[in-house]
Amino acid sequence: MIPVYFYGTCMLDLLSPYTGYHLVRLLEEAGCRVFFPAGQTCCGQPAYNSGYREEARQVALTQVKLFSEIFSENYPILLPSGSCAAMMGHHYLDLFPAEKRVDSLRPRIEEWSRFYFRCRPRLKDKGDRIRIVWHGSCHSLREMGVEEEPLSLLRQLSQVEVRELPHQRECCGFGGTFAVKYPEISAAMGESKCREINTVGGEVLVSSDIGCLTHIRTRMEKMGIRMPCYHLADFLAERIGLAHPDFRATDTRDTR
Amino acid sequence: MSRFHTFIQEKLSQTTLRENYRAILDGNNIKRQQVIEEVNREEGNYFSVLRDFGHQTRKEILSHLCELLERLEKNCRINGMEVHYALDGKQACVLVEEIAGNHQARLLIKGKSMITEEIHLNRYLEKRGYEVIESDLGEYILQLDGDTPSHLVAPAIHKTASDFSAILQRKFPHEYLGEKDEEITAAVRNILRRKYMEADIGVSGVNFAVASGGALVLVENEGNGRLVTSLPRVHIALMSMEKVIEDFSQLPGLLKLLTVSATGQLITNYINIIRGPRRSGEQDGPEEVHLIILDNGRSRILADPILRESLLCIRCGACMDSCPVYAQITGHGYQSEIPGPIGKILMPQLRGLKMHPELPGMSSLCGACEEVCPVRIPIPRILLQLRAAAKKKTSVLDSGKERNSKEFFLWKMWSLIYRRTWVHRLFRKLLHRTTPVLSILFPYIPLLGRWSHHRSVPRFAKVTLDSLMKKNGNYLLSRKNGNP
Repeated sequence: MIPVYFYGTCMLDLLSPYTGYHLVRLLEEAGCRVFFPAGQTCCGQPAYNSGYREEARQVALTQVKLFSEIFSENYPILLPSGSCAAMMGHHYLDLFPAEKRVDSLRPRIEEWSRFYFRCRPRLKDKGDRIRIVWHGSCHSLREMGVEEEPLSLLRQLSQVEVRELPHQRECCGFGGTFAVKYPEISAAMGESKCREINTVGGEVLVSSDIGCLTHIRTRMEKMGIRMPCYHLADFLAERIGLAHPDFRATDTRDTR
Repeated sequence: MSRFHTFIQEKLSQTTLRENYRAILDGNNIKRQQVIEEVNREEGNYFSVLRDFGHQTRKEILSHLCELLERLEKNCRINGMEVHYALDGKQACVLVEEIAGNHQARLLIKGKSMITEEIHLNRYLEKRGYEVIESDLGEYILQLDGDTPSHLVAPAIHKTASDFSAILQRKFPHEYLGEKDEEITAAVRNILRRKYMEADIGVSGVNFAVASGGALVLVENEGNGRLVTSLPRVHIALMSMEKVIEDFSQLPGLLKLLTVSATGQLITNYINIIRGPRRSGEQDGPEEVHLIILDNGRSRILADPILRESLLCIRCGACMDSCPVYAQITGHGYQSEIPGPIGKILMPQLRGLKMHPELPGMSSLCGACEEVCPVRIPIPRILLQLRAAAKKKTSVLDSGKERNSKEFFLWKMWSLIYRRTWVHRLFRKLLHRTTPVLSILFPYIPLLGRWSHHRSVPRFAKVTLDSLMKKNGNYLLSRKNGNP
């Protein structure tokens, strides 16, 4: 049994908590004992990205204390988002340049899919044939170096065909606070991404980040494009029969 | 800021321009990738090693810039050049005017030079009665149209071939200049050939200045650089001070990084190495060569160890080719002399954060620029530092002046809620109870509400992660509360 900590992230909690459940179940099936420390709030990235470092530091310190004073085992800390993982794993050095607690925290931070891939899970596809479009987040890709792992996991599923986009590695335009500070540029980038997703022939969108997913899905809704959208953990869990009974993939067809 | 947003909206509505841009940038990126693969075929991973070399070399140069500039000056003078220092753009323009005055010059012909764009040299000279002609094909067309560059290396990519043709036709209505690329090029070649002969002064930029050799290096594909720097009697070269390198041994690596990243070439058509004016017995060359070394805010940038890396730039333009923001708003969308990611970090530092308040934030921090930068400039990290500098005084020009009280209040509140677990728990409970109301009110929430201008309202979850973790047996309370 590999013990790990799971850090949910504020966005996942607000928008897609079942993703957290699925991520945990997948890890458990792969032989992990997952601990969810109570008292998580936010990694601090929104304020940090906006230039308010002092406010970011105050919130970040709470997370640092959580993993150094209260839950202080030397377990890996897994996050469902590459950008939050990069914040805690890399940018915390900028916020806390001479803090021993942070030095011991940073190397343990990991984007969950890379860790999960290394657990060598055996994924048995129980679903019907399906064509999916994959969108890996920029922070996952470029800051956490996660590129092949999610694709390898998806390719284990025998009934799943992964379609690539012409600009596969291009940013979808979410960017956190960028999405509301420069909404028209963010939306234009999102629109380009949505058009490609729509033309490439996928039936379903799978992404590694809740932020990207929400941005793309809500833009698709405005554009009238119909497509169910899954986080990677949701999709894998559903395909191998681990999905929570109350879980429904957010579908652009369900416009209220 | 709303004037800015209106401008951006207008830029984004130019769909044909964006489509044309997309095609050009895609082409550039494919070409770059192909040539990098070619470079790596000879020796796997070679380009990455070259990038490390570029980064280290440029960093080292910056660490003893003063000394290198003194050495450059000394050796340039030995080679017969005159060397001048200009603290800012105004001084540089005045220097050029002085030299022009000393030679009773009327006509200056220019090679492409971003530093002259930065200091608005053309405008300064034209106001004082000088005629200035751009000799780079793209720059020449833009000049005829009263337009400005939109890309570091290919200044006129925002214009199509038929735009070129129309602009030429307007300027020379009595001559048939043709519509095909070759016809346009031939027409411009004829026009410019006459101008090279007539020009009193040739003005150029500098790609690298070799300190140990007292030499100026200028790379190009059209040949106009060679003509500008050898036909007129006087050659004035302007360089920003970080362009200096130690010796010729550094040149091949740096040039390869530049040409591969800029145009997807292993080598450019011309590499000009200028070591002074015409010597006795030589047939070609100007009688005088002047080098103007410019600061224009760069010594201030040198002060900070991270921001200093903005000056590693070798002006290849690869960052803007890969930038998804650039692909949407195009070069003029930045409203700065240097566009793209490098423009976003340089211009606010050179001109001050007050002049370009929107540039540091205009990025999703995707990191595509850093990924292609031949000298590994940490552009996202620098952007983050500039965003912080806007709020809190640092060495950056006009830092600490952005006191947006609404946003500051927002983050203060956010921090008060999110840094104390029990406060956050209450807040989360409150949020949970008010989710339906929240969804309706969402478009009216300050800042967050802007989401719904172009996107539907996000759906907030009906359960919390805490509750799911509790039910599944993963929830861990602190030891003080009886931890399993």
